Amino acid sequence: MNTQHAGREEVAPPIYARLLRSQEGIVFALAALAFIAFSLILPSFLTTGNLLVLVRSVSILGILALGMALVVIARGIDVSMIAIMVVAVSWAFVITRAGYSFELSLLIGAGFAILAGALIGMLIAFGDVPPIFATLAAGSVIYGTGRTFFFTLEMQNVPPETDWFSLIGQGKLFGLPVTIVAFAILCVVFHLALTYTRFGWTTYAMGNNPNAARVTGLPFRPMVVAHYAISAFIAYLAGLILASSAAAINARLFNSTMIYDILLVVVLGGIGLNGGHGSVRNVILGTVFVGILLNGMTIMNIDYTIQNLVKGVVLLMAIIADSIVNPRDEQTSQQGDL
Amino acid sequence: MKKAFLKTLTIASALVATGLTGSLAQDKGLENPRATAFHEELKDKTVVFVPLSMGFDLTEGWAAQMRKQADRLGYKFEIRDPAWSTDAGTKAIQSLITEKPDLMVIHNPDIQSYARLLKQAQAAGIKIVQINLESNTTTDSYVGADWTEIGQKAAEAVVEKCDAGKGVSTKVAIDTGVPTAASDVFQLDGIYKVLDAHPDIQVVSQQATEYNPEKARSIMSTVLQQHPDLCGAIGIWDNQDTGTASAIKEAGKSDQVFLVTSGGGNRVGCENVEKGLFNLYISYNVPLQGDLLNQEIARLLMSDGAAGEVKTMYFNPLTLITKNNVNQRNCWTLDELK
Repeated sequence: MNTQHAGREEVAPPIYARLLRSQEGIVFALAALAFIAFSLILPSFLTTGNLLVLVRSVSILGILALGMALVVIARGIDVSMIAIMVVAVSWAFVITRAGYSFELSLLIGAGFAILAGALIGMLIAFGDVPPIFATLAAGSVIYGTGRTFFFTLEMQNVPPETDWFSLIGQGKLFGLPVTIVAFAILCVVFHLALTYTRFGWTTYAMGNNPNAARVTGLPFRPMVVAHYAISAFIAYLAGLILASSAAAINARLFNSTMIYDILLVVVLGGIGLNGGHGSVRNVILGTVFVGILLNGMTIMNIDYTIQNLVKGVVLLMAIIADSIVNPRDEQTSQQGDL
Repeated sequence: MKKAFLKTLTIASALVATGLTGSLAQDKGLENPRATAFHEELKDKTVVFVPLSMGFDLTEGWAAQMRKQADRLGYKFEIRDPAWSTDAGTKAIQSLITEKPDLMVIHNPDIQSYARLLKQAQAAGIKIVQINLESNTTTDSYVGADWTEIGQKAAEAVVEKCDAGKGVSTKVAIDTGVPTAASDVFQLDGIYKVLDAHPDIQVVSQQATEYNPEKARSIMSTVLQQHPDLCGAIGIWDNQDTGTASAIKEAGKSDQVFLVTSGGGNRVGCENVEKGLFNLYISYNVPLQGDLLNQEIARLLMSDGAAGEVKTMYFNPLTLITKNNVNQRNCWTLDELK
């Protein structure tokens, strides 16, 4: 996005200089650097098997980041994704064990996720609650409701006699794990929607200048509701893949740092939190970079605390880079900004 | 002669009479004053349980059994659920110290956090039983697993399969939960006590899974890429190791990698043993722990001793579950305990 501004007045600056002028470029360079370094140091890093494991291990994160990216581009944020994911999926499993057919239960779970997302969207669109507070609070409400009324045990195993379900997370399609294929398909869908449809253009317009978008008569409020409903549904899909690949889902993920990992992917990839720019390319970049880091650190058998430290420092650097490259100004720092 | 006959008759009829009255008394039984006291004495006592969090097999299992005894003996049983927050747990214990219940059952998040509070509580006259996870303060009673012993048993089993010349290699991976938890600290100590005595065994990976099965899965698949000849794996908790097991199964190495894990002996864990996902499942037997806990609660409530006067502890026996002894006696479901 920002590469356009760079180099307009200078006469053909070298490519590396242009690259380092956008955050996306910096992260790309870092990712490439890490990739080359790991390939040289770690003997079996650069093998097809390991690369598949690498991409697969972050595919779920990538899928969640797609949903988050959509909301962030429209200058929102959705920190309720994990709550919706664990509650909707756990509930679907619980009602299956209670005697409903598995397929129907999955539909009920999807319905719950979309409804929850739409309600959050309404709170933001019609109640004018800042997205961070609305989703933070809604996350706790959804998790609390789930734990109180829908299921007692945090750990829900995939119900028995549902063999096809395990194929989602453990099967292969054209030699690729289904998880990776699902991530790829969703990337294409999101890319097409954001680039070629009115829905996508409206989303960018809302993020660039919400007031202008409102004044010019764009369907601002219905769009907000749609965004949160979509991110909730994406969270549900990611949850199903997660449950399928590990044969269980643990509602305790709500208490983990997973939501920050999603934000890490989004911000690291170069989608500014002040909205209006970024694309699927950024999500892929962020996902792959996080994947390379995690995979390399796991292979090197680095301590848990140090891994968290590295992740934190990288996120901090990305946010600093973001505020340098996309400086706040009168127009961008308005209500709804983080 | 006649006199002697009369005498015999009198004695005989007297005997019969006493016999009759005796049998009359036996028909109505004898009141056991001690049992009556036992059932009366515990009324209007209060017992409070502060778990790590409700909602997983261990705490739900213990709570179900404690509630059953409370109903039987007529004392009050309450739960203060801090939902994985050490901070909330600290506040709960602080307010309990002023509320003064007769006894608290404490499940410690780590060996340090509640240590001082437990001293204060005992000084305030509240008796304390610690369950399954110890603190540095010894209290009236501790009931639960000896984590060091679990670590040793797990390591011994892996050494048995993977020591030099026994398996495909001498490579072993360890999946921990969160590095600060008491269960992790003591268990790792046990594991390394054994492994240090067998210098041929190499620990190729020791990574934290945050009790998340999906993270455990992705770590194990990365490790298997790096070390396709991995011989053994030790997981720290059955709930997370469903993920470890599914990574091993996916790589088609179920026959090669010997996976040991531990847990409460829940039916779900046993199902994984039956499916061949866990090769050895070290159970600390929640129903047994619940019985021991109930016995300690009753004993302490009836004793006239002051809180903290006599300190006892009991490390309950472990059950080593393999495919050969998965049965009703070793595996339980929550509904059976309720």
